[in-house]
Amino acid sequence: MSSVLYDTPGPRAKRRNVLLSIVFTLLLVLLLWWVWQKMDDKNQLEWKLWEPFTTGEAWTTYLLPGLGDTLKAAAISMVIALPLGAVFGIARMSDHAWVRGAAGTVVEFFRAIPVLLLMLFANEFYVRSTDISSEQRPLYAVVTGLVLYNASVLAEVVRAGILSLPRGQTEAAYAVGLRKGQTMTSILLPQAVTAMLPAIVSQLVVIVKDTALGGVMLGFTELLNSRSTLAANYANVIPSFIVVGIIYIIVNFILTSFASWLEKRLRRSKKSTGAVLGEDTEVNPAAVGGTFGTGGEGGGPSGFTFKDKPPR
Amino acid sequence: MFDFLEGYDVLGAFWMTVKLTALSAVGSLIWGTLLAAMRVSPVPLMRGFGTAYVNIVRNIPLTVIIVFASLGLADIFGVTMGAADNFDVQGFRLAVLGFVVYTASFVCEAIRSGINTVPLGQAEAARAIGLNFSQTLRLIVLPQAFRSVIGPLANVLIALTKNTTVAAAIGVAEAAALMKTMIENEAQTLAIGAVFALGFVVLTLPTGLLLGWLAKRLAVKR
Repeated sequence: MSSVLYDTPGPRAKRRNVLLSIVFTLLLVLLLWWVWQKMDDKNQLEWKLWEPFTTGEAWTTYLLPGLGDTLKAAAISMVIALPLGAVFGIARMSDHAWVRGAAGTVVEFFRAIPVLLLMLFANEFYVRSTDISSEQRPLYAVVTGLVLYNASVLAEVVRAGILSLPRGQTEAAYAVGLRKGQTMTSILLPQAVTAMLPAIVSQLVVIVKDTALGGVMLGFTELLNSRSTLAANYANVIPSFIVVGIIYIIVNFILTSFASWLEKRLRRSKKSTGAVLGEDTEVNPAAVGGTFGTGGEGGGPSGFTFKDKPPR
Repeated sequence: MFDFLEGYDVLGAFWMTVKLTALSAVGSLIWGTLLAAMRVSPVPLMRGFGTAYVNIVRNIPLTVIIVFASLGLADIFGVTMGAADNFDVQGFRLAVLGFVVYTASFVCEAIRSGINTVPLGQAEAARAIGLNFSQTLRLIVLPQAFRSVIGPLANVLIALTKNTTVAAAIGVAEAAALMKTMIENEAQTLAIGAVFALGFVVLTLPTGLLLGWLAKRLAVKR
């Protein structure tokens, strides 16, 4: 295998690589052994701490309802944030300066604020100004915080997606007599959505991860919060952290894999059908991070290049 | 009008946020670069370790990592970070540790993608004119790679600044923790929210503008 950094290895390089592999394996084994010893020292390997996870009770009383709440909050947030983000993303490209300016200010403002502050604020707002019951309030606060933050992130994704389309699409639409609104809804958006899909799915990972904040700071009964109830019951702090960590990894790994599968598929279908013509079909600003074409017009290697296209 | 600020050390809280950000940024830059080096190294095992680390850590919520640092590392394993008797210092150091572990995976991905943007032809041309490995790396590949990762690294830094609020979950006295206390005890919800929001805008906006400008200036035009 050749890369920018090194040549295809010859006999000496191969020997060196094998040696390095052995040294690295030893270090890794040493580290694992040390962790294992530490866990053993603190009695974290005892079967009675792990046993609850083999029975149904721990799952049906704590983990699954927690996971359910996590996914529920994430799903609701996504469903509200996506249309809102689309509206703001399109508003940012408006022909009217005041619409552009207002939408831009809102988007940049909410993107600059930590999602935790939004959640805390929303929670307090609901306490003082509404009569939402205290069991429902954490969910409302978490969803509000996530929607405000992610709508502004998705607004940028939508904008990048639409800007990634060749200008000929807009021109052709105007040429056949479509209005601005018609051009957006029936020509640009449908094409942009396919380009944006991977980015939207990866944003879902961010949302799922951020729900955990609500569990610790607002007492929302999601997965991380159920973990502490579970650990209080079985006194198995470390095992419960490990199990919950694995659940998060599996859920998010599925989402990430789905996103990159989508990306790969979209890229392939674009090439074969030539659905999107133009010089920059291979550079997709809305694409998720991962692989990056080396051609195309600069922009950083980040998946998202949130900048306007240079004039052609 | 701003009498609700009396009795609260808002600047001190934001200073804590800045300290958390700065230390974590330096730590994660070092650890992230090491990880990136592993991910592009010729040794398959190191590549595997780097990939596994990034995929695992990126998919765990930061909150889980931070809470684990406090409840797991400190309480069960007795990792006190050299501050067993000072709970505040211990919490601060554990939070930095958590941020470094988490942010390093994003730094690693940014740097690796930077190396990937350098076309293979650059290295081949460098070898063709007789440069050796270290010359190729020093003179040709890394200068191009570094210049193209400023933008992504700036995004990581901004995200880190915002992520430091998670330290409130383990009782570090930074901005979000103070906001929670204030917003529960004072009447002016909106004003308090605005003050803290403004604080973060002041922290993140100049960083983004400055590094964005730098990234654009230094970008390799291809």
